[in-house]
Amino acid sequence: MNEVQEKPRTADEVGVPDHMQYMHPVMRKNHGQWDWHERPRAGVLRHVSKTGDEIFTVRAGTQRQMDVFTIRTLCDIGDEYADGHVRFTTRSNIEYMVADKAKVDPLIEALGNAGFPVGGTGASVSMISHTQGWLHCDIPGTDASGVVKSLMDYLHKEFIQERMPNRVRITTSCCQINCGGQGDIAINVQYTKPPKINHDQVANVCERPAVVARCPVAAIRPAMVNGKASLEIDEKKCICCGACYPPCPPMQINSQESTKIAIWVGGKHSNARSKPTFHKLAIANLPNNAPRWPEVADVVRKIIEAYKADAKDWERMGEWIERIGWSRFFDMTGLAFTKHHIDTWTGARKNMNSSSHIHF
Amino acid sequence: MVDGNKTNGDAGSHATPHLDELESGPWPSFVTGLKKLRDAEGEQYAPMVNDLLGQLERSYDERKGFWKGGTLSVFGYGGGVIPRFSEVAEEFPQSKEFHTLRIMPPPGFHYTTDILRKFCDIWEEHGSGLIAFHGQSGDIMFQGCTTENTQIAFDELNKLGFDLGGAGPALRTAMSCVGKARCEQSCYDEGRVHRGIINKFIDEMHRPALPYKFKFKFSGCGNDCVNSIQRADFAVIGTWRDDMKVNQEEVKAHIAKKGRKYTIDTVISMCPTRALSLNDDDTLDVDNKSCVRCMHCINVMTKALSPGDDRGASVMIGGKRSLKVGDMMGIMVLPFIKLDTDEDYEKLEEFAETCIEFFADNALEHERIGETIDRIGLPAFLDAVGVLADPNMVNHPRTSSYVRTDDFDEEAAKWFERKAQKEGLTLNTE
Repeated sequence: MNEVQEKPRTADEVGVPDHMQYMHPVMRKNHGQWDWHERPRAGVLRHVSKTGDEIFTVRAGTQRQMDVFTIRTLCDIGDEYADGHVRFTTRSNIEYMVADKAKVDPLIEALGNAGFPVGGTGASVSMISHTQGWLHCDIPGTDASGVVKSLMDYLHKEFIQERMPNRVRITTSCCQINCGGQGDIAINVQYTKPPKINHDQVANVCERPAVVARCPVAAIRPAMVNGKASLEIDEKKCICCGACYPPCPPMQINSQESTKIAIWVGGKHSNARSKPTFHKLAIANLPNNAPRWPEVADVVRKIIEAYKADAKDWERMGEWIERIGWSRFFDMTGLAFTKHHIDTWTGARKNMNSSSHIHF
Repeated sequence: MVDGNKTNGDAGSHATPHLDELESGPWPSFVTGLKKLRDAEGEQYAPMVNDLLGQLERSYDERKGFWKGGTLSVFGYGGGVIPRFSEVAEEFPQSKEFHTLRIMPPPGFHYTTDILRKFCDIWEEHGSGLIAFHGQSGDIMFQGCTTENTQIAFDELNKLGFDLGGAGPALRTAMSCVGKARCEQSCYDEGRVHRGIINKFIDEMHRPALPYKFKFKFSGCGNDCVNSIQRADFAVIGTWRDDMKVNQEEVKAHIAKKGRKYTIDTVISMCPTRALSLNDDDTLDVDNKSCVRCMHCINVMTKALSPGDDRGASVMIGGKRSLKVGDMMGIMVLPFIKLDTDEDYEKLEEFAETCIEFFADNALEHERIGETIDRIGLPAFLDAVGVLADPNMVNHPRTSSYVRTDDFDEEAAKWFERKAQKEGLTLNTE
């Protein structure tokens, strides 16, 4: 027995599992045969197959970071109302599929009773795609799940109905690397101070040439400090991005003073209508005010209200701003336009207005 | 067991005044979930989650993270586990090791409740009881495992038919949209390509040896539901070559329901290439040569419009986020590849292999392939991977006159030769 345990098991290198074995049988049967779809109500999709079959999908929000009790509750609902199959969306919503229309309402009711909001379809604010934050990341400037919980509490109403001009995709990221990705609204940590270096540790912990190479603006150079091999930063050049911190934790970028929140708008991955776009800076320097980030929620509210009131149906956030112009965006949201909104990075010139087109 | 000053006193659990505020409100609360784990009587994970909550509360208080990385994997693999060691382990000893196992999901994120329950049973026995569906790369994240239990938990998950995902400088876990399983807009079998490519190169995932990460993502159409353009080094996005399909009776029905002006405002005027025109009898004219397959009109009129029959995919290379030169969208490199036969799928896998090999041979350490292409120029990349220049790769031709064009005539000859060949092929098939 002991001998067996001493030699670790060799992994069965199975790779990506076969999804067909987990797929709802109606979806398996109609794989590649679907004809069209509609949304009978917020949170519900109806797909009709060329074979005449149909399937209803009920989408609900989750907290993504789930305890086994929550997962088992979701499974109980799946077993009782949805044939024992589920799937998840890119934004961590859970989806239940049923072939029988009569099962839709009881399923919605069961999800509601268990505290899972049904929605996130069509022109709604779907779940915020987010990262790990203080819960698990080694370089987080803020939390992720907490920010998302706070904002989704506030945006709950826009999740369960489809009353926005088009879908609103929000992302959060706990550092400037932005693992959360592009969003109509992106809520990201923005550092405001260069890292503080613990010179006693650098030589032991960091591979110095790799750290020097990591800096996007070549602001780090090797140096002897107090007789120890370390690194120093040209603080005038430093853009406070935090890229040196992951390969060299003694270059601490996080602190109460330096960790601020910036909000960006107008990013989109989809190719529908306009080409995909990056989000653009709307406001910086909001306080990293755990546990509820009220200042962030307030700005998000202003942006969403302006978009909801003024955008045309099917215009995404960035397309709406493109039409009305940035002057009106800043007017309508009450946010300030500053010199920091003007791009200075590689290719910045392409982002300037080299025309006589002006919004008055 | 727990420092008396830090507890509520009654249950021996840490006081969490900040986190407690995240339990109210209509959205499901991860804090409530963590507390259920903390309070699960007799469960091995309860003390670990108690200390986890204690550390998280301290993060909320001091606004700092307290995890550091390390090196850890399972027998035979070199990645896939994200090691986390607490920097405040003296105060929170039970969660001093809180590693994550990244496990690859099935394409399209399909599960039976049965398999989810088995995940729960394993993670209840060997982990913290906390699972995230899913991480930003697509992994199922089994969060919170001790060093000792990492191998055991992996073995159990592996026996169920699941495998570790990617981490570090390696091929990463991929994701694909729901696609053919439930979407009429799907233009290729996303799940098949997903499994085919990742499983072919699985060695690059489990034994990291690339300059930096390399990600694949698979979307069935230009709506790009898995955000591949900006999130994947190699994005496969479905499209079609022939005319889109129009059911004129359903067009009329849509207009009858939604109104003429509304249809003009939301469909006709929103076409990015002015390829749509509404006729006086409420039927639709489509200029398919000008259409760029953006999906907008099809999204609005799901019953009346659909992609054509000659379906396949485009490949875009080089998407990534900020580190280190700034954000990048993928660049169109293969405008169209057919994905019907086994040979078609093999062709795409071969192209993926060429790109990975190019990346392995030419990228600098910690450089993504998009940055490599920026550094050497797209033409050099195209030469290296054997793809001919195509106008679909650019917004417009170069505007700078500072370029050497010595062999312009030879290159132009190639273009005309290719054109002739293409026309010849078309003739042959007719």
